[in-house]
Amino acid sequence: MVAAPSIAPSDAPRRGRGGRRRLTPQRALFFALFLGAPLLLYILFVVWPVLQAIFYSLTNWRGLAATPEFIGLDNYVRLFNDGIFRQALVNNLILLIVLPTVVITLAFVLAVLVTVGGNSRGQIRGVGGANLYRMVSFFPYVVPAVVVGILFAFIYSPNGGLLNGMLGLVGLNPGIGWLGHRDLALWAIMAAVVWSLVGFYMVLFVAAIKAVPSEIVEAARLDGCGRFRLAVGVILPMIRENVSTAAVYMGIVALDMFVYIRVMTPNGGTGKSTEVISRYLYETAFQKSQFGLASAMGVVLALVTMLMAVIVLFGFRRKDS
Amino acid sequence: MTQGLDARSGPGSSPVAQGTSTRGTPTRRRGQATTGDRVFGVIAHTVLTIWALLVVLPLIWTFYSSFKNSREILTSPFGLPETLGLDNFITAWQEAGIGRFFGNTVIVVGGALFLVMLLGSMCAYVLARYEFPGRRLIYYGMIAGLTFPLFLAVVPLFFVLQSMGLRNTYIGLILAYAGFALPFTVFFLYAFFRQLPEEIAESASIDGAGDFRTFFQVMAPMAAPGLASVTIFNFLGLWNQFLLPVVLNTDDSKFVLAQGLMNLQAQQGYQADWGAMFASVTITIAPVLIVYVIFQRQLQGGMGPSTDK
Repeated sequence: MVAAPSIAPSDAPRRGRGGRRRLTPQRALFFALFLGAPLLLYILFVVWPVLQAIFYSLTNWRGLAATPEFIGLDNYVRLFNDGIFRQALVNNLILLIVLPTVVITLAFVLAVLVTVGGNSRGQIRGVGGANLYRMVSFFPYVVPAVVVGILFAFIYSPNGGLLNGMLGLVGLNPGIGWLGHRDLALWAIMAAVVWSLVGFYMVLFVAAIKAVPSEIVEAARLDGCGRFRLAVGVILPMIRENVSTAAVYMGIVALDMFVYIRVMTPNGGTGKSTEVISRYLYETAFQKSQFGLASAMGVVLALVTMLMAVIVLFGFRRKDS
Repeated sequence: MTQGLDARSGPGSSPVAQGTSTRGTPTRRRGQATTGDRVFGVIAHTVLTIWALLVVLPLIWTFYSSFKNSREILTSPFGLPETLGLDNFITAWQEAGIGRFFGNTVIVVGGALFLVMLLGSMCAYVLARYEFPGRRLIYYGMIAGLTFPLFLAVVPLFFVLQSMGLRNTYIGLILAYAGFALPFTVFFLYAFFRQLPEEIAESASIDGAGDFRTFFQVMAPMAAPGLASVTIFNFLGLWNQFLLPVVLNTDDSKFVLAQGLMNLQAQQGYQADWGAMFASVTITIAPVLIVYVIFQRQLQGGMGPSTDK
């Protein structure tokens, strides 16, 4: 490869005592394999398609036969004049606001209860049976998203669905199909996503809270800090990094949602009430063969995702100072 | 994006309820519960129990519905099955093709998991332990991949695989899965390889081990806890993969479980064999859930935040 590598990385904490090594044929082979093979895979299947997508978004490409014709930003103009795309974008933004807020709040509350929710004197501990609660809460995360979708399609079904059945037990069976309802479908889908992901973030926060030095929690308690203030005023700032990471991950989920929407409302719901960009993109590309237009949707979605990540990470950092 | 997965150390790996050595001062006596504590305890248990029930009830309901026939399922969500036969499971496994989907999934996920762990650990190792021009560029190029949304790449990827004759093949799917799991893998393993003590690699090379042997026989085994955690998370991610197979793998004899299930659900409509559908879902969930319950201590211990510093 390019030059003689030394054993010790220059900025490693420990400097190796071994001197520089020459580039032997064996080492050249080692580099070619260890660096070349992964990079080849990565460039061919990840980087190259992403670059192509950006190019296609500027063309009117419609599939193999036709050659792509450069049309500038026409696809983007067309997208923002498209009512369905705007509806999809609005739905994604609703998801982006609601999902991270609900999931992170719920996960944080549950994590606090199982880590520091126990008695206010003596050692700091969670409520009894904390490990059991934590284990059970993680269950939905091992269920694949497709199965979550199918499961909740059963639960929301108007014919023998679990939700209407439960409501029926208290005499409130509304007899509706939740996923077919124009105003309720998106919220029903959100509930399924919350069900599926809270456990994961709870476990993440539990690990983060346990890494908070116990002296800090002890000191706050000795100062007469109540549970709520302990959680919001002491622990939350200490695990801010983890919360911002979780917010970015949840934001990415909210801006994708393809699996859940595709399985629970295959055509984007009654009156496109659950349409999201990723599903519309899929339909545009693989059912209508408008690859250029679909690529433009992908680019818009990617830009929104990156903007979200930057805002979240920057916003959390600023509170630091 | 910096969530740690360090399995080996850090306060995160000790269970919280484990006595005074990890929490509190040793001299403090066991505290008495105040009235406020008891009230709060009741509320806390209520909240946690409600959540646990919300989590578990749908799963239990699915499990016992998979013994019912379609008529029983549509009549009442709570009615018990008349017979406790395994008919639904047999129908699901054979006629609905769950057995075949399962086999395909094992091949694709297994192959991709092996490939991404091998290539990912090799790449992370070189980036973490060797100094060479372009090292930083490659590292940040990889990390940037964490932010590339899959749906942006998926249209061109379809044609990349098409032109290589790899569409609708196991190999094509395995390569695509592995490619998209690579940034995550490299990102986390980089931290693990960086923490390994320099002296060991050196003494290995003094003993005459080449770069290859140093990696496979000395360094990789030392990073085993990290490799295990990343393998588990990659497994869950790949097992969950949906967009890639739906786009790249349209031959229904090669469907993976996620696709097969969705197709079953979409095709069935109102004349569905709901019993078999529930049985299919149970077959999909049960193995991973059982494995999780057995290994959950390692998994949760493995999510400590130690690489977050």
